[in-house]
Amino acid sequence: MYRYDALDRQIVSERVEQFRDQTRRYLAGELTDDEFRPLRLQNGLYVQRHAPMLRVAIPYGLLSARQLRKLAHIARTYDRGYGHFSTRQNLQYNWPKLEHVPEILAELATVEMHAIQTSGNCVRNITTDHFAGVAPDEVVDPRALAEILRQWSTFHPEFAYLPRKFKIALNGAKSDRAATFLHDIGLHFVTDAAGEIVIRVIVGGGMGRTPIIGHVIRESLPWQHMLTYVEAILRVYNRHGRRDNIYKARIKILVKALGVEEFTRQVEAEWEATRDSPSVIPQEEYDRVAAHFAPPGYEPPGDEDHALAFQLGADRAFSRWFERNVHDHRRPGYRAVTLSLKKPGVPPGDASAEQMDIVASLAERYSFGELRVSHEQNLILADVRERDLFELWHRARAAGLATPNVGLLTNIVCCPGGDFCSLANAKSIPIAEAIQRRFDDLDYLHDIGELDLNISGCMNSCGHHHVGHIGILGVDKNGAEWYQVSIGGAQGIDSDPALGQVIGPSFAAAEMPDVVEELIATYIDQRTAEERFIDTVRRLGIAPFKQRVYGKEVAVA
Amino acid sequence: MPEIIRNGRVEPDDWDESALLTLAQWKLRRLQPIEAGERVGVRLEPADDPAEIASDLDRLQLVAINFPKFADGRGYSSAVLLRTRHGYRGELRAIGDVGRDQLFYLKRSGFDAFALAPHRDPHAAAASLGDFSLRYQGSVDDPLPLFRKRLATAPVR
Repeated sequence: MYRYDALDRQIVSERVEQFRDQTRRYLAGELTDDEFRPLRLQNGLYVQRHAPMLRVAIPYGLLSARQLRKLAHIARTYDRGYGHFSTRQNLQYNWPKLEHVPEILAELATVEMHAIQTSGNCVRNITTDHFAGVAPDEVVDPRALAEILRQWSTFHPEFAYLPRKFKIALNGAKSDRAATFLHDIGLHFVTDAAGEIVIRVIVGGGMGRTPIIGHVIRESLPWQHMLTYVEAILRVYNRHGRRDNIYKARIKILVKALGVEEFTRQVEAEWEATRDSPSVIPQEEYDRVAAHFAPPGYEPPGDEDHALAFQLGADRAFSRWFERNVHDHRRPGYRAVTLSLKKPGVPPGDASAEQMDIVASLAERYSFGELRVSHEQNLILADVRERDLFELWHRARAAGLATPNVGLLTNIVCCPGGDFCSLANAKSIPIAEAIQRRFDDLDYLHDIGELDLNISGCMNSCGHHHVGHIGILGVDKNGAEWYQVSIGGAQGIDSDPALGQVIGPSFAAAEMPDVVEELIATYIDQRTAEERFIDTVRRLGIAPFKQRVYGKEVAVA
Repeated sequence: MPEIIRNGRVEPDDWDESALLTLAQWKLRRLQPIEAGERVGVRLEPADDPAEIASDLDRLQLVAINFPKFADGRGYSSAVLLRTRHGYRGELRAIGDVGRDQLFYLKRSGFDAFALAPHRDPHAAAASLGDFSLRYQGSVDDPLPLFRKRLATAPVR
């Protein structure tokens, strides 16, 4: 992974000192709440329901064991012994004290981490495929360009006060595991006929109040121009994006208002004027950064196939875990493994300090000391030898990290919701928990098959409910918490991305497990042999699901 | 006399901000000759397009960009365009809701003068111009990204 040099270290430690002084001035009354707000936000610090919430950046989701141990240490020392991995591959602490935050940032800096631009109206943490570098379908490893983009966007002077937050996702594989069509900018790295990396540029996607699938505004941009082109997009947005209404301030609204063609024309005109700047990326810089992501010291494949086949045949629980949580790898003899943070009864994405320490040890023992955070809020060990899988499974299971549900209904993606977040209209964690309890029969769960279930506690869509095969959105009706259900969304991994359709009026919290059960029952009744839930919804539309759900006696708001 | 930060130093302000012309006023005024010794300054609002004064820049002694709210970042792009696209070399001043925690980014975007709101201490604020000694990306103050400098200083292999 990328390691800081002396220059990177200096920049981050100067940031720590800057924020220490800003916090001091705020606590001394020299800065008003309004003046301090954007400063703390650009360091990931929100004021929340119970306490401040601190969001730590995990650039493109990549972590070392040493960094994870530091996160565990911070959870223990400054918080209540746990952290929450978010859908943007970041980590959130729910209980830090404001006066401790400068010290936490100083601790993070010792392991080359920070909370820079994890909030605020600026370019946020850049996300990518959690299988980057190991996926069999990868064309270009996106991590070097992700790091170059991270550095470019860090403290960009012109784009620190944008109309609204700005999220960029990168993908270099055939499948899109980074939801690039649902970001302010999505970049697809592909290769042209000459084998050179070129970029397909997507702009104006997003979830939130107005979900929109992004538009391709350029099919083939030479990679050297990644920064100059992103700069042109951001300048057009910074100048012309709406600032009068925060619900209409994202770039997707500007693209829609101007029309894709006119927006593209403005970006291209801006780019023509700036494209030959020193920000064109030299090959040497690409090579310097890419060297940090060189493959680890893989061993040649051995004869472990037999042992694995035996273990799979002998142990049903292991084979179930293998089927769901173990993923193909481009190297023979290696696999990627998902350590699940979706154990029923634990808020999705939460990990205790003890679990973080255990995962750090597992990463060191089995996966070259590195791990990734997925946007589905799980942890990934990307480089595990097949012969180690059985042992790893035993250890992960003992730590509550081997729930065999990746891709299944109970692998719920869920925001912190009304229990923690001051933006939320409704709680989301108890809904996730109730659904997980209802579907606790593993055989039934595996029979239902692949299903993404996403829950957001409000329109900000941190739980990505728009792209859930089943999406649940918390809404407020006269001070009571209700839940709107949509089906047919898809994040677009193996097909085009799609936004879910709302099936009808919302439900009370207590009804939600029944509603999900009726949706599943409809699918089970109607599916053909090969169909997943999403396929059946696509084939039949929402009508039969709607009929079954509302035909029953359920409380409807 | 009010004070401003100019080129990193706190100085008495020799301009009366109320004498600055709005873009609309300048569009009328520009047709008349400028007298010897007369100083003309224009004040741009966030929505004003700097291209509209691009051909007049050698006649202006001051361009001020107003920040009605510091969180409205359009003025940063206006400054970048004036300095790079339109080649303005005179004084470029940030006025309005400008505080010390914006100065570093404003300076990088091409501003060389800062008129802070009256209740803010310009002496304390000027220290923030040096918050960072390194920058990852190029901008007006220094167009070379850090990677160009890394390459220039990298040991020959």
